Amino acid sequence: MNVATERFIQLGLLFAILGGWQLGVSVGIIDVFFFPAPMDIFNQIVSWVIDPNFYRHVTITLTETVLGYVIGTGLGVAAGVWLGLSRSAARILDPFIKGLNAIPRVVLAPIFVLWLGLGLWSKVALAVTLVFFITFFNAMQGVREVNPVVLANARILGAKRSELLRHVYFPAAASWILSSLRTSVGFAVVGAIIGEYLGASAGLGYLIAQAEGNFDAVGVFAGIIILAVFVLVIDRILDVVENRLIKWRPNASEERAA
Amino acid sequence: MALAVVKPVVEEPTPQQKKAMVAIDSVTMSFGTFVAVEDVNLTVADGEFLAIVGPTGCGKSTILNAIAGLLKPTSGSVSIDGNRVSGIQNDIGYLFQQDALLPWKTAIENVELGLLFRGVGTLERRERSTAWLTKVGLKGFEQRYPHQLSGGQRKRVQMAQALISGPKVILMDEPFSALDIHTRHLMQNELLRLWQEERRAVVMITHDLEEAIALGDRVAVLAAGPRSRVINSFPVDLERPRDVAEIKLDPRFMDLYRNIWASLRGEVEKSYERRD
Repeated sequence: MNVATERFIQLGLLFAILGGWQLGVSVGIIDVFFFPAPMDIFNQIVSWVIDPNFYRHVTITLTETVLGYVIGTGLGVAAGVWLGLSRSAARILDPFIKGLNAIPRVVLAPIFVLWLGLGLWSKVALAVTLVFFITFFNAMQGVREVNPVVLANARILGAKRSELLRHVYFPAAASWILSSLRTSVGFAVVGAIIGEYLGASAGLGYLIAQAEGNFDAVGVFAGIIILAVFVLVIDRILDVVENRLIKWRPNASEERAA
Repeated sequence: MALAVVKPVVEEPTPQQKKAMVAIDSVTMSFGTFVAVEDVNLTVADGEFLAIVGPTGCGKSTILNAIAGLLKPTSGSVSIDGNRVSGIQNDIGYLFQQDALLPWKTAIENVELGLLFRGVGTLERRERSTAWLTKVGLKGFEQRYPHQLSGGQRKRVQMAQALISGPKVILMDEPFSALDIHTRHLMQNELLRLWQEERRAVVMITHDLEEAIALGDRVAVLAAGPRSRVINSFPVDLERPRDVAEIKLDPRFMDLYRNIWASLRGEVEKSYERRD
């Protein structure tokens, strides 16, 4: 099936679902209290998007996400590489890491609010705890799975420890780390949103929580869609970054040509 | 045409009569209770090409890794150019059996690694590695990543990478065994050409007796493992430069082959019996 036909079918499906939904609302089968009309949701989104005030919420959520993401992955990569290299440290810390990872992060949100207040940093902290472990486990695995022949070769060529890290361990772990970076973006957003949802004065999570408080299903749905787009945009940016960073990796089309 | 009479000689000085570059002195390598090689004595003169043959699993690579300093002998000692080996050696070039290139670096970045780690400046590094890539016939492939090169081309890059810093000793662990037969012949000739330009001591491990005779100045035969040791050593008095495909038709080559195989065959059979 060619791409144009697939696109056409995708569009058809979208129209069928939304059209059926809208139709159901118009003839009264669907209760707008629970499932608001797609047109209403669309109008809500438009009215938000043209309202300059709305971007304050987006900016705040974005800041929390980016901060949580950067701090969480940074710490995760550093700890993962360290424990990947030092087996004894990994063995000693293993039960602690497993224990911490077993805590459902959402229950930490009130504690972070207690410690860091209702502002930005309690949300960042929650995002960090979510992101950290994903990156951490991937970075550790990546370092451990360095090809021993490549490692021996680099050592014989004269690489010192710091050079091994830079030229062998980090690049070898990079594809593992990058794949975890994709997964963790979603978690960074979740951390920020849950934080806002539980207690904040601004942000997309706050918007949704507010709409929910008013039984405003239109607002809730519009907020969800905005969030989905938000994550998709970040994911797309990471796609570009990933292709830049690991251009050495054979991709499917090149493999076939070779 | 007179046939050369080849007698097994355990340790004979090479024709060049040069100083010993690699000296392996009663080396035993064991892993726990498993003794891979026991009481191995070998010397390689400067500029000599020593080929070590032996049945699979006889600890050939272990000896190489002891010279490289990747493994420490349980007893005995290894020295390179009179200095005792302890820890990783940096004045050796090691050609691995497997792909040892850094897959995230281009051909030229791989070749210049040795110089980079020695602190050679960017310009000189680029210049020398470009020259080496040209030397191994890969001009125009500088910016390719290993996955974009064929098996033979990757071997060429590895050769340039191992030789660029002018190592005193070159170690090779079945370097061409993964290549198809035509590529292998090409690479063997290439290797001989490069080595002829600047003769270094070479220790090459192989299970291919033809390769050992075609390339080496001397062929050492290892006994079947465990507790492997050197049982025989045969000088190869075929003149250089050689062509590996043609030399196999030389009657002296066939005599040598017969002689060495007579010594090796028993060991190969033993190694199969032990495995059953």
